Amino acid sequence: MFAQLQPIPRDIPLPLPLPEWFLISVLIISFLIHILFVNLMVGGTFLTLLLEIVGLKNPRFNKLAKAIEATVTVNKSLAIVAGVAPLLGINTVYTIYFYSANALTGYAWISVVPLVIIAFLLLYLHKYTWEKYENKKVFHISILSVAFLLFLFIPLIFLSNVNLMLFPEDWASVKGFFSTLFMGNVIFRYFHFLAGTLAVNGLFFFWYFGREKYSVEEHLPGFTKDELKKYAYKLTFYVTLSQLVFGTLNFFTLPWKGVNWTLAYVFISGIIIAAVAMFLLWKELKSGNLGKRFVVIATLISVTVLFMGMGRHIYRKNVLEPHQKLVNERTMEYQKMKYELLKDTLIKK
Amino acid sequence: MDFPIFHLDFFGDRLLIAVIAVIHVIINHGLAVGFLPLITLMEYRGYKASKNGFPEGEKWDNLAYKFMFVAFVITTTFGALTGVGIWFSAALISPASIGSLIRIFFMAWFIEWVIFMLEVIFIMIYFLTWKKSNKDFAAKKKHIIAGTALSIFSWLTMAIIVGILGFMMNSGSWVEQKSLLTGFTNPMYLPQLAFRTPMAFVMAGSIAFFLTFLFLRKDFDFKKIVLKNIAYWMFIWTPHVFFAGIYYYSLIPDLMLANLPVAIATQAFQQWYDSLLYYLIAAIIVSMLFTVWFAFKPKRVPVFAAIIPILVIIVTMGTFERFREFVRKPFVLEDYMYSNQLLLDDYKIFQNDGVLKHATYTSTPEVTKENMLEAGKNVFDITCSRCHTHHNVNSVVRKFEKLFSPNGEPLDKQKMKDYIPVMHKGRYYMPPFPGNSPETDALVEYILSIQKSDINIPGAQVNGVQISPLHLK
Repeated sequence: MFAQLQPIPRDIPLPLPLPEWFLISVLIISFLIHILFVNLMVGGTFLTLLLEIVGLKNPRFNKLAKAIEATVTVNKSLAIVAGVAPLLGINTVYTIYFYSANALTGYAWISVVPLVIIAFLLLYLHKYTWEKYENKKVFHISILSVAFLLFLFIPLIFLSNVNLMLFPEDWASVKGFFSTLFMGNVIFRYFHFLAGTLAVNGLFFFWYFGREKYSVEEHLPGFTKDELKKYAYKLTFYVTLSQLVFGTLNFFTLPWKGVNWTLAYVFISGIIIAAVAMFLLWKELKSGNLGKRFVVIATLISVTVLFMGMGRHIYRKNVLEPHQKLVNERTMEYQKMKYELLKDTLIKK
Repeated sequence: MDFPIFHLDFFGDRLLIAVIAVIHVIINHGLAVGFLPLITLMEYRGYKASKNGFPEGEKWDNLAYKFMFVAFVITTTFGALTGVGIWFSAALISPASIGSLIRIFFMAWFIEWVIFMLEVIFIMIYFLTWKKSNKDFAAKKKHIIAGTALSIFSWLTMAIIVGILGFMMNSGSWVEQKSLLTGFTNPMYLPQLAFRTPMAFVMAGSIAFFLTFLFLRKDFDFKKIVLKNIAYWMFIWTPHVFFAGIYYYSLIPDLMLANLPVAIATQAFQQWYDSLLYYLIAAIIVSMLFTVWFAFKPKRVPVFAAIIPILVIIVTMGTFERFREFVRKPFVLEDYMYSNQLLLDDYKIFQNDGVLKHATYTSTPEVTKENMLEAGKNVFDITCSRCHTHHNVNSVVRKFEKLFSPNGEPLDKQKMKDYIPVMHKGRYYMPPFPGNSPETDALVEYILSIQKSDINIPGAQVNGVQISPLHLK
C-alpha cells in the first residue's frame, strides 16, 4: 500500500489534566448524549416537515407535526449545550488533530455558528406562525424546509472534521472544506448518522406520546395512542433494518489501517444486541401489545449505541496511535534539546 | 507553528473572536443575568395587581411574557451559539494558547459547562411553563418562585465564571499551578463582580425601555406606568454602576501596572486608562438622561431613540472588555506564551535556529538567497499574522509606514532591519521578534515587496498547508 508522508508536529508540552482513560470516558459518553439530542433535533425537524406536507391532504397530521415540533424547541437547546463537554474532551485529548482539521476547514467550521443561529431562528419563526400562516401553507413549509436543509448540511461539517483529524497524511492535500468531503468515508458516515437519527426518533416518540399523562384525545384528535405508538415503532424498525446496509457500508468503507478484530467484535456485538431489540420490537408490533418491553428495547438500543461509540473510539485510537508516537517522539526530542540549552544558560549565569 | 495557520487577511484574526465574544457578553449580561430578575419582578407586579383585582395585572403579565419571549429566542440562538463560537474561533486563531489553557483549566471549564447545562434547563422550564402557570394564582406563585430561583442561579453562573476567567488571566496561577479557589480570592474578583452585576441590570433596563416602546405603541397609559417603573429600576442600579465602576477602575493600576515592564509603556496605558473613565461617565450620563426623558416625557420619544442607551452600554462594555485584552499583551498567557503563540522558553532556540526550522508547516525550512520572499511570507504567517493583516485591519505595512514613511514613500530596508529586533522595547504590547537574523531580513524583504500591492492572502482554510521536509515521515 502506498504510504503517504505525514506532518509530525510537536504536541502541547503540558500534561493532560486528568488520566487519559477518564477523559476518553467523558468524551465518549458526553458525545453520545450530545448526539442523542442532535438526532432528536434533526429527526424531529424532518418529521415535522414531512407530516406538515402530509397534513396538506390529511389535516390530522398537521396537528401531529405541530406536536412533534414542540419537542424540537427543547431538544435543540440541549443538543447545543450538551455539545460543549465532548468539544472540551476532544480538544484536550486530541488537540493537534482536531485543531488542525478545524483550521484546514476554517470557513466551514466557523460558519456552523451563523448557520445554526439561522436554522434556530427559522424554527422559531415556523413554530410561532402555525396559525398566522394557516392559509399560506407553502410559505410556512418552506420556512421549515430551509431550516431542515441547514440541518442536513451542518453535520457534514462536523463529519468532515472528525474524519480529517484521523488522517494527517491527507492534511497537505486539503484545499478548503469541500475537498475533505471525499476523503476517508465521510459520506457513508453521514448516511449512517441520518438513519440513526430517524431510528432514535421512533423510540423517543413512542415514549413521548405513550406517556400516561399525555392526552392524545386533547392534543391530537383523530389519533389514538396505539396508532401513534405503532407509527413510532415502525419508524425505528424499518430504519434500523436499513442500517444493515448503511452501517455495513460505513464499516467497509473505513480506511482499513484502523480496522482490527477488536473493532469488528465491538461492532458485531452492537449489531447483535440491536438485532435482539428489533426482534422484540417486531414481536410487539405483531402481537399488538405495544410497550410491554419498551424499556428493554430502549435499553438494548442504548447499549448498541454505546458499543458504536466505543467502536468509533477504537477506530480513532487504532488510526492515530502510530502518528501519536511520532508526535510524542518529536515533542520529547525538542523538550530535551530545550532543556539542555536552557540548562547551559542557567549554569553560565 | 505546529498547526495549520488559519488567517483572515481582511478583518484580521482578532476581530473574529472579539465580535463573537462581545455579542456573547452583551447577551449574557443584558438578556440573561440582568433581564431575568426584571422580568420576574414584572411578573410579580402583575400577579399582585391581578390578585387585588386590578385589570392591569394581566397587562403586566403579558408584557413580561413578551420580554421573556425575546430573551428566550435571543439567548437560545445568538447567546448559545456565540458561546460555542468563542471556542471555535479561539481554536482557529490561537490553537496553541487555547490548547494549553484546556490542559490547565479543564476542570474549571467542565464546572462552567455543568452550570450552563442547568441554566439552559431552568430557562426553558421558566419560559415554556409560563402560559400554563396562568391557570390559577397558586401555579402563578410557583412560577414566580421559579423565576426568582432562575434569576439567582443566573447571577451565580456569572459569579463563578468571572472567578474562573480571573484565575486564567492571573499570571500567578499559571506559573505556580495554584488551585482554582485563588480565582475567587484574587483582589480583582469582587470589584469586577460588583461592577458587572449592576452593569447587567442597567443593560437589561435599557433593553426593557426599547421593548416597552416596541410592544406598547398602542397603549399609552400603560406604557407610561411601565416606563416609570423601569426608570425606578435604572435609578436604583445606575449609581451602583458608577461607584463600583470607579472602585474597579481605581484598582486597575495597582494590580495591572505591575505587569507592564517598561516606563514608556505607562504613557500608552494612561491614555487607555483615562478613556475608560470617560466612557464610563458618558455612559452613565447618557443612560440617566434618557431614563428621565423616557419616564417623564414618553410621548415625545420616537422608538428608534430607545435604541441609543442600549448602544451606549454596548460601547462601554466593549471598551472594558477591550481594555482587559489590552492589558494581557504582549502575552496571551502571561509569562508563558506570547500572543504570537510562541513560548517564552522557546525564544532562545528560535533566535538561534530560526522559527522556520522548527515550523511543521512551511515551504521554506530555512532562508536562502533564492527563497527570500517566500521565506519572508512564511515568517510573517508564523510570527505576525495572529494580530496583523497585510493591508487591512491592523495592517503591518501601515504600521511601518507610520513610523518610517508617513507620506507613503518606499520603506527603508535598514531602518526596518534595525527596528524589528527591538520593537518590543518601544512598544511593550508587541512580543519580541522570535526569528533569527536571516529571518529578519527575509521578513523585511517581504514587507517591502508588498508595500505597494493590495494583496489579501487567506490562510490554510483556503490555501492549505505545505509540510516542512524536516518534519514529515
